[in-house]
Amino acid sequence: MTVVDLQQAPATQLHSGQRIVNDFSFVVATTNGTGSQTSNNTLLRALFKMGVPATGKNLFPSNIYGLPTWFYIRVNKDNYRAHRSQAEVLVTYNFDTFAEDIAALPPGGVCIYPMDAPSGKKKWNVVTPSRDDIYYYRIPVDELTATMNPDQALKEYIANMVYVGAVAYLFNIDMGEIERALSYHFSGKAKPISMNFGLVKLAYDWAKDNLQKIDPYWCEAMPDATFTKDKIMIEGNAAAALGAVFGGVQFVAWYPITPSSSVAENLQSYLADYRHDEEGRATYAIVQAEDELAAIGMIVGAGWAGARSMTATSGPGISLMAEFTGLAYFAEVPAVIWDIQRMGPSTGLPTRTSQGDIIFTHFLGHGDTRQVVLLPANMEECFRFGWEAFDFAERLQTPVFVLSDLDLGMNQHVCAKFEYPERPMDRGKVLTAEDLQKLGGQWARYKDVDGDGITYRTLPGTDHPNAAYFTRGTGHNENAGYSEKVEDWHNNLKRLAHKMNTARELLPQPVVQQNKGAKIAIVSYGSNDYAIQEAIDYLKARHDISVDYLRILALPLSPKVGEFINGYDRVYVVENNEEGQMAQLMRMDFPQKAPDLVSVARCNGMPLDAEWIMSQVLERK
Amino acid sequence: MGRTKTNELGLLAADYNGRPSTLCPGCGHNSISNQIQQAAFEHSLDQHFVVKMSGIGCSSKTPAYFMGRSHAFNTIHGRMPSVTTGVMLANHQLKAIGVSGDGDTGNIGFSQFKHLVRRNVPMVYIIENNGVYGLTKGQFSATADYGQKTKYAGKNELPAIDLCAEALLADCSFVARSFSGDAKQIRSLLRAAFSHRGTAVIDIISPCVTFNDAADSTKSYFWGKEHREILNEVGFVRGQEDIAVDYEEGKSQDVQLHDGGWVRLKKLDESHDPTDRTSAFRVLEQARKEQVIITGLIYIDQERSTLVENARITDTPLVNLPEDQLRPSKATLDQALSELFG
Repeated sequence: MTVVDLQQAPATQLHSGQRIVNDFSFVVATTNGTGSQTSNNTLLRALFKMGVPATGKNLFPSNIYGLPTWFYIRVNKDNYRAHRSQAEVLVTYNFDTFAEDIAALPPGGVCIYPMDAPSGKKKWNVVTPSRDDIYYYRIPVDELTATMNPDQALKEYIANMVYVGAVAYLFNIDMGEIERALSYHFSGKAKPISMNFGLVKLAYDWAKDNLQKIDPYWCEAMPDATFTKDKIMIEGNAAAALGAVFGGVQFVAWYPITPSSSVAENLQSYLADYRHDEEGRATYAIVQAEDELAAIGMIVGAGWAGARSMTATSGPGISLMAEFTGLAYFAEVPAVIWDIQRMGPSTGLPTRTSQGDIIFTHFLGHGDTRQVVLLPANMEECFRFGWEAFDFAERLQTPVFVLSDLDLGMNQHVCAKFEYPERPMDRGKVLTAEDLQKLGGQWARYKDVDGDGITYRTLPGTDHPNAAYFTRGTGHNENAGYSEKVEDWHNNLKRLAHKMNTARELLPQPVVQQNKGAKIAIVSYGSNDYAIQEAIDYLKARHDISVDYLRILALPLSPKVGEFINGYDRVYVVENNEEGQMAQLMRMDFPQKAPDLVSVARCNGMPLDAEWIMSQVLERK
Repeated sequence: MGRTKTNELGLLAADYNGRPSTLCPGCGHNSISNQIQQAAFEHSLDQHFVVKMSGIGCSSKTPAYFMGRSHAFNTIHGRMPSVTTGVMLANHQLKAIGVSGDGDTGNIGFSQFKHLVRRNVPMVYIIENNGVYGLTKGQFSATADYGQKTKYAGKNELPAIDLCAEALLADCSFVARSFSGDAKQIRSLLRAAFSHRGTAVIDIISPCVTFNDAADSTKSYFWGKEHREILNEVGFVRGQEDIAVDYEEGKSQDVQLHDGGWVRLKKLDESHDPTDRTSAFRVLEQARKEQVIITGLIYIDQERSTLVENARITDTPLVNLPEDQLRPSKATLDQALSELFG
């Protein structure tokens, strides 16, 4: 091994103050397509196994190879899991973003960068960083990687293990846990594990021999593992797919689109594992459709025939599905549509997160259409809505949209082990041949017998001469016959509105957090939850302001939302879109309280963070 | 045949009736509806297990006018194929009869049509083809003839799309063409299609008496009667039935269908073998050049596997599976969770 120049440029002083333990963020800057995700997840998993709460966030381009990508790992002993826009420790392999990444560090931050080039193409050896108020470490990426003698094709990928080893040494991450994380990643295969971990070890030893720890940031194992014990790590799209498998999904049709494709890919793999009869025959069918029009058409067909059917898509796909979901709303056909939201309008930013589809999906379809929407906030709810959405769709005989987002869907999150569904499937109001026999064949498809706006249906293949009815998107009477009579039209739409009112009570009710004496409250939904919990704590601790909190789980809005907001002087409606879409919906449903609703909305492609939410509450009194 | 004759299910022909048609008097579509219900009666189709599928347009309204005991789904414009795909995977015990039009299939639904055929979804796909949009009063569709004139739409400057050729190109396993005035041929083709296991496309030239019945249109009654070239006379035989009527030895060809039935073709054009795809393309191209309507069974492939077969799903239709086969056990969830990082 060559002797390495240890001069750290520019020279920085050994940190002499207090250590900062388990309360900072890493950012790893690489280019996409180079395989750094394995390294990043390895660090994340090792921290998790040390009992240290750690949250990963992948900020990636809409591209296959060569564009900048950043991976954030937030380490927080108090289990705050929201994204922070500020990272203290930068690990960079990306020469092109080096200057901006250095500039983004706070004073006293840390920069780890190569002294040679991972690819040999960039002149890392002549770089002189501009700032003298941060700590630098340089690592011989190429040289250490070459020692392992990897295949040329694997060189760039495996080079990422060098920073894993250096970071493990510098920040005290357990090497045993790193090895276990790699073993999990490579499904126990000896060769890749030894190749990758071999390089991690080499880099660790090199760092130990050659680097002097001068910065204040440290990770320390938390043996009580209060926040990680019995927990698992999963991404939202996998949790959704697993939930659907346990919801008895029978039919899936989909069309690839970022960031939703992994819902279908996870379904494919879980269904193949868990859903066969004794002879190995599938108890489901899955079709990759020719476009989103066909995907939704197929699930509407299967839903009409009586199968639990779903698709997964994102904004542009939702636009194409407007036609069919309008039909399904009006003809009253169950279907489940997962929308993993990304930034719009139009193609927008496909790899950036947002909550921009709230209003569009809630009213998706021309005419007076209103759709049911579920709003998961975490992995547990992604799993739960994975199965529960089918119950609601079949009970209400209408499409159910589940609005997740890229941040939930495509990042690894720590969560509790999922609970097995606590009740049998609700297949809704379906009349069988025996039921029809008892009724003497007397029934009407769109007649509100029970007073809840939900009518009875029969499925094709019901062996009774009176079972059939004619399903249509045209105006119809109670018997499903074509009708242009105004009273038939009005009765039908009034009943549909009544059904939506039934839905307000039937769907998951808001989660409320109240403290004594709070005069202001936050209302929000979905993945903002992590940041809001943290912001509420900060507002109390730093400013002695008590804030109550209601989290919406479904649309149409529950009457409980109205009751809650009436109790406060001011209500901040916090969300990740430009126009404050939920605030607008609340003003429609609760106009008397509209003047006291303050829209706190931002959409910059990143999840909301606690500091920003807090600052908005403080500024907008 | 008397009105009291019953079929294998003990049903009368009248039991296959639908509601009265609201289409224009003399519309070719009405005679097709009549042949569908007649063929279904003769074939003893169990209406409780039939689904009538359609898109939007005059043709797509017709499922209301036949087989009133079957479920129907009048979907949206051009999207019948995707809906039917979902229905058939959900319940493969059903028999799907789809009715579409030339605009519904050749224009707005062209992609879905091609992909349905490519997947070989089990269904009978009837196109009632008149070359114009009737419900919106006479605009040209993609199957309108090049250079054709109508009072409402002027002159058509675009070449016609041949839906049989398109089906064939997408590997359709049953391609036929007929003329709405030929009741006997339609009935025989329908019965053969009912016995076919994949997608059976029957493109039926069905003149629009209101907007496209000019003598120079290939979709007019006049043209149909004057320029029709019958490729083969089609007979259908199933079980004990014997309709081996006037077929001369050596000039007929039998094709066995998966349910044990046979299509017997009296070959009028000696050069065409309906199991030969190249020959099928040739007769379609020849007919295009000569501006004749070639009718009969153009192509059949009984070997091609269907979407349902490829899905390797349970023999019990998915919709009939009980909860314990759909929701895996708690132990399975624990197993799945143990495989996650944790």
